Amino acid sequence: MPGLVRRWLDVVGPFLGLLLVLGLLALSEEARPFIFTGANFKVVLTQTVIVAIGALGMTLVIVSGGIDLSVGSVVAFTSVLGARLLVAGVHPAWAVAGVIAAGGIIGLLNGAIIAGLRMLPFIVTLGMMGVVRGAAKWLSNKQTVSAPEDSPVNAIMARVKPSELLPLPHGVWIAVALAALMAVVMNRTIFGRHAFAIGSNEATARLCGIRVRWTKLWIYGLAGLFFGTSGLMQLSRLTQGDPSVAVGLELDIIAAVVIGGASLSGGTGSVLGAMIGALIMAVLRNGTNQLGWETYVQEILIGVVIVLAVGVDRFRHARAR
Amino acid sequence: MPPRDSRSNCVSATSPRTVAETSVARLRLQGIRKAFGATQALRGVDLVLQPGEVHALIGENGAGKSTLMKVLSGAHAPDAGRIELDGQRFEPSDPLDARRAGVAMIYQELNLAPHLSVEENILLGSTPHRWGWIHRRERAARAREALAQLGADDIPTRAPVSSLTVARQQLVEIARALLAQPKVLIMDEPTSSLTRVDTENLFRVIRRLAASGVAIVYISHFLEECQALCSRWTVLRDGESVGSGPMEGTPVEEIIRRMVGRDVQDLYPRTPHELGPTVLELRQLGGRPKPESVSLSLRRGEILGIAGLVGAGRTETLRVLFGLDAWRGGEAFLEGRVDRGAEPCERLAHGMGLLSEDRKGEGLLLNRSVSENLLMTRLGPVTRLGWVSPRRVREQAGRWIGAMEVKTAGPETPVGHLSGGNQQKVALGRLLYHDARILLLDEPTRGIDVGSKASIYRRIGEAARDGKSVVFVSSYLPELLGVCDTVAVMSRGRLVASRPASEWTEHEIIAAAIGQPEPAATAGKPLS
Repeated sequence: MPGLVRRWLDVVGPFLGLLLVLGLLALSEEARPFIFTGANFKVVLTQTVIVAIGALGMTLVIVSGGIDLSVGSVVAFTSVLGARLLVAGVHPAWAVAGVIAAGGIIGLLNGAIIAGLRMLPFIVTLGMMGVVRGAAKWLSNKQTVSAPEDSPVNAIMARVKPSELLPLPHGVWIAVALAALMAVVMNRTIFGRHAFAIGSNEATARLCGIRVRWTKLWIYGLAGLFFGTSGLMQLSRLTQGDPSVAVGLELDIIAAVVIGGASLSGGTGSVLGAMIGALIMAVLRNGTNQLGWETYVQEILIGVVIVLAVGVDRFRHARAR
Repeated sequence: MPPRDSRSNCVSATSPRTVAETSVARLRLQGIRKAFGATQALRGVDLVLQPGEVHALIGENGAGKSTLMKVLSGAHAPDAGRIELDGQRFEPSDPLDARRAGVAMIYQELNLAPHLSVEENILLGSTPHRWGWIHRRERAARAREALAQLGADDIPTRAPVSSLTVARQQLVEIARALLAQPKVLIMDEPTSSLTRVDTENLFRVIRRLAASGVAIVYISHFLEECQALCSRWTVLRDGESVGSGPMEGTPVEEIIRRMVGRDVQDLYPRTPHELGPTVLELRQLGGRPKPESVSLSLRRGEILGIAGLVGAGRTETLRVLFGLDAWRGGEAFLEGRVDRGAEPCERLAHGMGLLSEDRKGEGLLLNRSVSENLLMTRLGPVTRLGWVSPRRVREQAGRWIGAMEVKTAGPETPVGHLSGGNQQKVALGRLLYHDARILLLDEPTRGIDVGSKASIYRRIGEAARDGKSVVFVSSYLPELLGVCDTVAVMSRGRLVASRPASEWTEHEIIAAAIGQPEPAATAGKPLS
């Protein structure tokens, strides 16, 4: 059954990519003892959290045929907002809620403009990228805002016992839980199925009675909640809100989603794939670091991997057609 | 005249008479055959054109006209037969080759770059240049020359094409075709989006071209136009040329008889069904851009066919009714309630479903699975507490794949991998699974194999038996007469007649669809 094999490959493909990267790293005698340790995996997983949570929202957006370029700015803005709320003495629970909600509101705004004015998501979110980045600088007075040192928010991403794999930071578990939740939402809820339908063919979606514009609004809103959560993780990791952080993060996130098998033309993509995609990039960065390679080598490598991953995907699907 | 192309050996300068005396036709087609898979699209076409002749090519939708034109313009190679251009064998390898040899084609849909200027469009692909730098003065001069040939010197060559009316855009397109100094110009339904006045103008242009020696193949559904313009006619039916003659002295009746000419076979299984009370009534429904005015009533358990030419507004009527196009005027009564239009989602909620004529572009999510496409409009029954249950999806999808006789490797196969007929069964299956009470079917059997057609006819009959009402738009008259209880005919945006199917003949339907052009109806806004 070639059909079955192909579907199986769709699921396992990104895993094979990850194994390939790990395998290549294992070839290096000198780096192996540093790369394949619990402590290092802990570092890699912690580094993946921000991209991974952002990729959850981005998967939803890309599957529906859209794109969101404002993620990096939203992460910076919400991290600053969180730090300021904590400094102002707001209860940490409320601060966390406020950070996530702020992401959601920005997302809803994106969605409202895209659906309401029927504008291209690329343009709308490109504009929002600038607006939100500016707002972050304005809110922080162009300076980093340190969170109070004893704030429980800092503990979310803190690495207790850095020399061992366990316990993993809470942020990693939160990312895993959110990924599981999102996978179910996308595959098992009517909202999720409608997102796929809109991305696959908007005209058909309309013909099938899907309220395309409302669904888009909620898609960007929900994605915004994830981006706000990413901002929270950013704040926790740096223990400060930095208005100039996460520049270009949106491209890393889009790359993760695309390496995971999603198509930028919409209609295909998976949460699991996006998570593996995020991991592949983190492992590559970390591995080349451990090998002592220059950062420009990393940049070239990651660029090649993105094109390669999508190229392989195209090739497979071109033959399937 | 533009500079002479050295490749063309005898073009417009040769007077028609000389060529006729040597009895070499400008274009001669003999026994052209072409098959696509198992479908024999052309099964023997003969066509002869003299220089300076305007020749009407007439046939019903699906008679093979477009295939023939694609063969002539080099897009398809014929399987058998011989084409001669000025007595020499003509075997174009592609459309560009055909154009160079002197066969140009004007399609029904204009092929212009709307943002570019008139002169840029006319000389697109043959822009005069020196080392890559555009020779602007020469470009303007050649564009003006080409337009002058058409008597359209008043079109501003610097203006963007999008600022012109459709009629003038068409002249720009013809001017572009003239640059290659064609010996044969093929025009496919050139008047379908023109007003009366523009049509008259176009006829003047065509006569002028013919007088300069170009042979013109004029394809049109509008027989009265053909009579006014053309000197000879050829009728295609089921991929064969079934008659040819001088326009003068041939009554329209004769041409229509040749267009229809086949026996209605008993391909259409009828499921007995009873008609109930009226469920849908339209009173002068109007939409943007079409239709003009449609009044009809549909009863419970009725299969109502709508016939008409391409562009008569049949598809648009369904789309307006379903909420996909804008509602412009008129009233509807849906199950007794006054209705002024609604969104597609509300229509589906009220039990109305639409099968799109554009299966790939709109009807189906091609890269999603069969089960997803079947169940998309009604996920309720496959969910438990708001969550889609994979087990229920499998069960329901399996049931409907069986009921619709869909041939697929499984419910998870992307629907784009299925054959056209099976795709259509999935699209129709979606409406039946949705349990829509009113089914709007737009060309449900277009481009699918005979077996799938029969299967779809059966499903339609069963739906009517179960008390559902069906509106069946089709360009294929035998199936309308074979399947429907009532057949209505649309012409130029209006529903012009409606009778029980048994009281129609194909001949009468075609006559009604062609209609007499009423100024009020034809003066409507052109599309786009």
